[in-house]
Amino acid sequence: MGSSTSAPHRFAFQNAEHAFKAAALIQRWYRRYMARLEMRRRCTWSIFQSIEYAGQQDQVKLHDFFSYLVDHFTPRNHNERDFLNRMFTEERFAQDSEMEKSSDFESIEVPDSYTGPRLSFPLLPDQATALVEAFRLKQQLHARYVLNLLYETRKHLAQLPNINRVSTCYSEEITVCGDLHGQLDDLIFIFYKNGLPSPERAYVFNGDFVDRGKESVEILMVLFAFMLVYPKEFHLNRGNHEDHMVNLRYGFTKEVLHKYKTHGKKILRTLQDVFCWLPLATLVDEKVLVLHGGISDRTDLEFLAKLDRHKIVSTLRCKMRKESTKQEEEKKTANQPSSAQEPTPWFLPQSRSLPSTPFHLRPDKAHRAGRSCSIPCPGALDRQELSRHARRSVDLELERCRQQAGFPGIKESEEPSPLASGPDPESGELLEPTQEEWRQVVDILWSDPMAQEGCKANTVRGGGCYFGPDVTEQLLERYSLQLLIRSHECKPEGYEFCHNRKVLTIFSASNYYEVGSNRGAYVKLGPSLTPHIVQYQANKGTHLLTMRQRISRVEESALRALRKKLFAHSSDLLDEFKKHDADKTGIISLSDWAAAVESVLHLGLPWRMLRPQLVNSSTDNMLEYKTWLESLAKEQLSRENIQSSLLEKLYRNRSNLETIFRIIDSDHSGFISLDEFRQTWKLFSSHMNIDISDNCICDLARSIDFNKDGQIDINEFLEAFRLVEQSCSEGRDSACPQSTDTSDGGPSSPDPH
Amino acid sequence: AIVADFHKKIKDAFEVFDHESNNTVDVREIGTIIRSLGCCPTEGELHDLIAEVEEEEPTGFIRYEKFLPVMTKVLLERKYRPIPEDVLLRAFEVLDTAKHGFLTKEELIKYMTEEGEPFSQEEMEEMLSAAIDPESNSINYKEYITMMVIDEN
Repeated sequence: MGSSTSAPHRFAFQNAEHAFKAAALIQRWYRRYMARLEMRRRCTWSIFQSIEYAGQQDQVKLHDFFSYLVDHFTPRNHNERDFLNRMFTEERFAQDSEMEKSSDFESIEVPDSYTGPRLSFPLLPDQATALVEAFRLKQQLHARYVLNLLYETRKHLAQLPNINRVSTCYSEEITVCGDLHGQLDDLIFIFYKNGLPSPERAYVFNGDFVDRGKESVEILMVLFAFMLVYPKEFHLNRGNHEDHMVNLRYGFTKEVLHKYKTHGKKILRTLQDVFCWLPLATLVDEKVLVLHGGISDRTDLEFLAKLDRHKIVSTLRCKMRKESTKQEEEKKTANQPSSAQEPTPWFLPQSRSLPSTPFHLRPDKAHRAGRSCSIPCPGALDRQELSRHARRSVDLELERCRQQAGFPGIKESEEPSPLASGPDPESGELLEPTQEEWRQVVDILWSDPMAQEGCKANTVRGGGCYFGPDVTEQLLERYSLQLLIRSHECKPEGYEFCHNRKVLTIFSASNYYEVGSNRGAYVKLGPSLTPHIVQYQANKGTHLLTMRQRISRVEESALRALRKKLFAHSSDLLDEFKKHDADKTGIISLSDWAAAVESVLHLGLPWRMLRPQLVNSSTDNMLEYKTWLESLAKEQLSRENIQSSLLEKLYRNRSNLETIFRIIDSDHSGFISLDEFRQTWKLFSSHMNIDISDNCICDLARSIDFNKDGQIDINEFLEAFRLVEQSCSEGRDSACPQSTDTSDGGPSSPDPH
Repeated sequence: AIVADFHKKIKDAFEVFDHESNNTVDVREIGTIIRSLGCCPTEGELHDLIAEVEEEEPTGFIRYEKFLPVMTKVLLERKYRPIPEDVLLRAFEVLDTAKHGFLTKEELIKYMTEEGEPFSQEEMEEMLSAAIDPESNSINYKEYITMMVIDEN
């Protein structure tokens, strides 16, 4: 019988029950732990992304800055006028003829002591392979070979169509790779894992080869070399970073000038041209479209295929090239008020008045964008009428500025069309892209997919648009395509499908934000064109870390970057905090803290979730904000008598500073004169509301070891600025910037002016 | 005021997963959100919560409007409190029938994947990677707990 459980059975039963409960408890606890880890990971990701995109918006703001200058800075003498002139136009000789000069590189001697790779043209496959190996061993290619390679590359690219058509019947499969951003390790890994390019192994690299990473030059050399060796199997698309304006800011320009001190400028000039010749897209088997950013509801592949892609020098703005005197005279004689036939200078503040430029869409202006969007339009606006009207008032304003500045005769227009005299290659006249051409290219290089239907302006990046699944469907149907492959966005797993698996994002730069932040991936398309994804992470070390450790490391890095940003806005934060502290108690609630921080930084981050890592010193959900700001400052500054508000402003604008300097140094000599330096500061400080006297600027200049012919090396200046923070503690007072601000609140209490 | 505070906290956590900025999150992320707000529900309790916030016809997405009141109530009632360290320790000790002070890898796998609310293979692997000392192939649970607790704070 056994109707009642005997004692040992009951004991066992209880034991089992206990084990069950114990296990359940442990699992419950563990799952919560993992969830919190996941939350941290997401927050970290948001931090990096928001800072990255904020940087891209800054670029757009820089454009506004220059427009502002034109509006408000009237040059008082010819020096200043020349200076501005030089900033806004560019000395350019007849583009084509210069490029044809092979004496550009032939005259460059390669010393016998050079142990790096030597190239001879036409290039052979083993030379390309040897390049990879040489770079892996950290060798540097001599400038002569760089220029030679670029010269050959340009020749090859110029005969390619805008939309490259590729077939998989010869090579059995084709591998598509996304952004590399100067991370040579990832490229080497891809070749290692997937195999080197060959007639049987085709590749498409989908743009953004350069910037951010430290080996952009090497990546370009390898990619171009393989393209020359296997022209039918190796393909490149242009990305939004294949753009000299973007390179100024994101590190590629710097890398080139640093690695090639003598010939860097020439290389950069040549590259500018090569980038414009990169194809805009690749079409595989007429079924899979590969392009860098995305599409819009206006994307017209036939239109894109026909335009002259070489005209689009930079997607950040329509650039105007300096005209020869011949054209100037012709224009002056053909002068009429309704001058609707000429190119639009890029620096004009037309963005403020015209509705059609995508890069200046602020929420109130978004509805006037010349594209269909989900935001309703306030009544029937005749776009043409509006812009014509706006242009007229801008015209008048501009005429006044121009007269004062003594600029050459420039007029605005709706759509440029060939000048009456026709294109004249000898005088260096080059056509400008039309507004529509420019927009179409910007759309495919800058857009991002979104989950909602429709198409709206991409205000986060400042260019292109967000496109929905309906837009994708429309395009695929219209051109009988089955898949859109794009890159442009970093994804944690290196890839991501969306829009019903009709859009694939592929990103090949692993650990993009930080070691351990994300995997890289590439996709292989076989004869049936089904995508097969391969993921990797180039740094072996991270595999050994647990997820917890990986997340911690990445998190640390993100938080450090975020704290820097917070510090850079100390004054504004203090003002905002004070608003929440009407009784002047010096204390605010953590909730107020979160609201204040967001309203100053506009990063859209989950501040309440991040709060534990950013604020240590709170009690009872209340925070002494001054103390907190001081602790932030302590982290960033190292010495007592640094005027933190000045430093903080400079810090905030640091990357802008560098970009501005590089733009001013338009011949890439690496030097600017004291005069230019002073003028730059004046312009800069008038825009940024920094109060700096002339004496102060002189002191600053003097302290930067500038005793060579009144010239300042840009790099030295920036280095000095970095060193100012560190080395002030070594007692080198001369290196500390003095501001005219007499209030001396000490280092750690940022005093708002 | 406390409720307002809770609302803001919940909103922040929700937004981290609201990728399309349309006040919805994938239902599979709800667990993460709830747990990151300080709650420690069992899987069963989680499923019940999800049922409360789901649409009548489940869409795979949870709307913020439905989530907010339910979550606020949970926080106000202080439901699903986290597990104190000592209770966790005792749970391990129960499983450690021989009272060694450690569990072997096999034992841990067996308990975690066969008892309670079993782990998925992924969960198991992740726990093993951090918990198991590769030399002894076992987990000294007291040290493990201490390490995890420090790491959280």
